Order: sequence, then structure tokens, then C-alpha cells
Amino acid sequence: MFQAILFYAFSGLLLAAALGVIFSRNPVHAIMFLVAAFFQSAVLWLLAEAEFLAIILVLVYVGAVMVLFLFVVMMLDINIEEARGGLSKYAPLGLIIAALMIVELIQVIRFRSDGEVLQGFAVTPENYSNTEALGAVLYTEHVYAFEIASVILLLAIVAAITLTMRKRPGLKAQNISEQVAVDPKDRMRIIKMKSES
Amino acid sequence: MVIGLDHYLIISAVLFTLAIAGIFINRKNLILLLMCIELMLLAVNFNFIAFSRHLGDETGQVFVFFILTVAAAEAAIGLAILVVLFRNRRSINVNELDEMKG
Repeated sequence: MFQAILFYAFSGLLLAAALGVIFSRNPVHAIMFLVAAFFQSAVLWLLAEAEFLAIILVLVYVGAVMVLFLFVVMMLDINIEEARGGLSKYAPLGLIIAALMIVELIQVIRFRSDGEVLQGFAVTPENYSNTEALGAVLYTEHVYAFEIASVILLLAIVAAITLTMRKRPGLKAQNISEQVAVDPKDRMRIIKMKSES
Repeated sequence: MVIGLDHYLIISAVLFTLAIAGIFINRKNLILLLMCIELMLLAVNFNFIAFSRHLGDETGQVFVFFILTVAAAEAAIGLAILVVLFRNRRSINVNELDEMKG
């Protein structure tokens, strides 16, 4: 019962935050609502006993990706009025499509399925550790996928850096190889002169 | 009142539908479109976790782990493209991106 109250409270907050994301006028507010949505989702995943992924969601998504979004929005200096310009003319169509989709999906999930989905989740064993169980399959069965994921992250790093790096003219930077390769004869001249006394 | 698979599937369906509505509503702003895609991926992850718990199989949660990885890469590259676009055009309005005459 207590779990059900928690579930309904946090899913209500999650849907409110999602509505805030799609309807807020200011992109910074939209990102803050998205952060709230990720926090509520993390709590819901904790309720489903997926602790590892809940913590990863908060650390990686809220801690890294959302901060990246916020950083880009603040750097770009977008004209809010121009960027929004009122609701688009396709907004009513979109809302109708969304309403139809939600009716159909709930129909399929709730009324057209057999009774199996209506049961609660399986009870986990006494000393079950979610992180340990995930690690046991991640590093054995799915080790190739794990390595491919690391290559994808490397690719993302390289792509992001090469896309955004630019040579700015008039920048005073050191040319290391030129500095190292310099010959003392080019820079220094020894002259003989009489000492004065 | 037992919280089970159907509750998680319905919350995920509602979240996904809200994200689709958001894509229609914010058609002009590229950064809000990216955020709606993030919401969609979150809804998909809800499905994977709910079925993983329902079937008692951790593979679904491993899948969520990889989706999070790929989504982080996608966000980084998408935002980099956005920055380059803004640098060249001084705007991220989707309506003005018509050079390819698509």
C-alpha cells in the first residue's frame, strides 16, 4: 500500500515535469523540468528495485548530460521570443495524435492483454544485490557489447571535439616544435670587444 | 493494490506520448526537440526495466545500460552539431534550415 502511494505520487510528479518540459517557454526552464523528470524516474526505478540504473541515471544523466544541455543553452544566447514564436500550427494535430496514441496504448496494455501483466513483480531473494547481478552478466555474456559501448563513447568524444574546434585568427599561441627546433646560432651572436676599464 | 508491470507500462506510454506531443508543439526549437528525444528514450528505458523485473531476467537492465551510453553519445554529438550550426547561422530555428531544399 505504502509502495503504491509512493508510486502514484512520483509518477504524478514525473508527468507534471514532462508537461513542463514540452510547454515551458524558456529553454532553461525546460531543462530544469527535464532534470526533475529524471529524478522522479530514478525514484520509480528504485521502487522497481533497479537500484544500479537509478543511481546511474542520476549520476550520468542529471550530472553530465543535463549540465551539457544547460551549458549549451546558456552559451548559445538564443532569442527566446523568436525561438518560440507561439505554438506551431501543427500543435493541435500533434495533440490529437498524442491523445489517440495514449488511448490505444492503454487499451493494449490494460484491456487486451491476458491477466499476466496485472500481477506484481516477482519477489527478489533475500540477499539479492542488483549491482552484483548486473555485473555478473555484463562482464561475461555481454562483454563484446560492453567494449563496443566504450568505442561508441570514444567516437562521441572525437566527434564532439572535431566538430566544435576551430582555428581563431590572431590568437597568440606557442608553437612548441618551432621552439624546440631552434638553433642557438640563429638567435645569438658572439662578438669580440675590448673590455672597458 | 500491487504495483506491477502494467503500472510501469502505462506510465511509460504516457511519457512517450507526451514526448511525441512535445515534438509537434516545439517544432521550431532544435534544442527542445533534442530534449523531447531524451524523454522518449527515458520512456523506452521504463519498458525495459519493467519487463526485466517482470521476467526476472537482468538482460533488460543491461540493455538500459547500453541505451544510456548511446543516448549520452547522441546528446554530445547532437549538441556539438547545434553549436556549429549556431556559429554559422546565428539561429537554431528549424524553419530557416532549408539549404538542402529537402
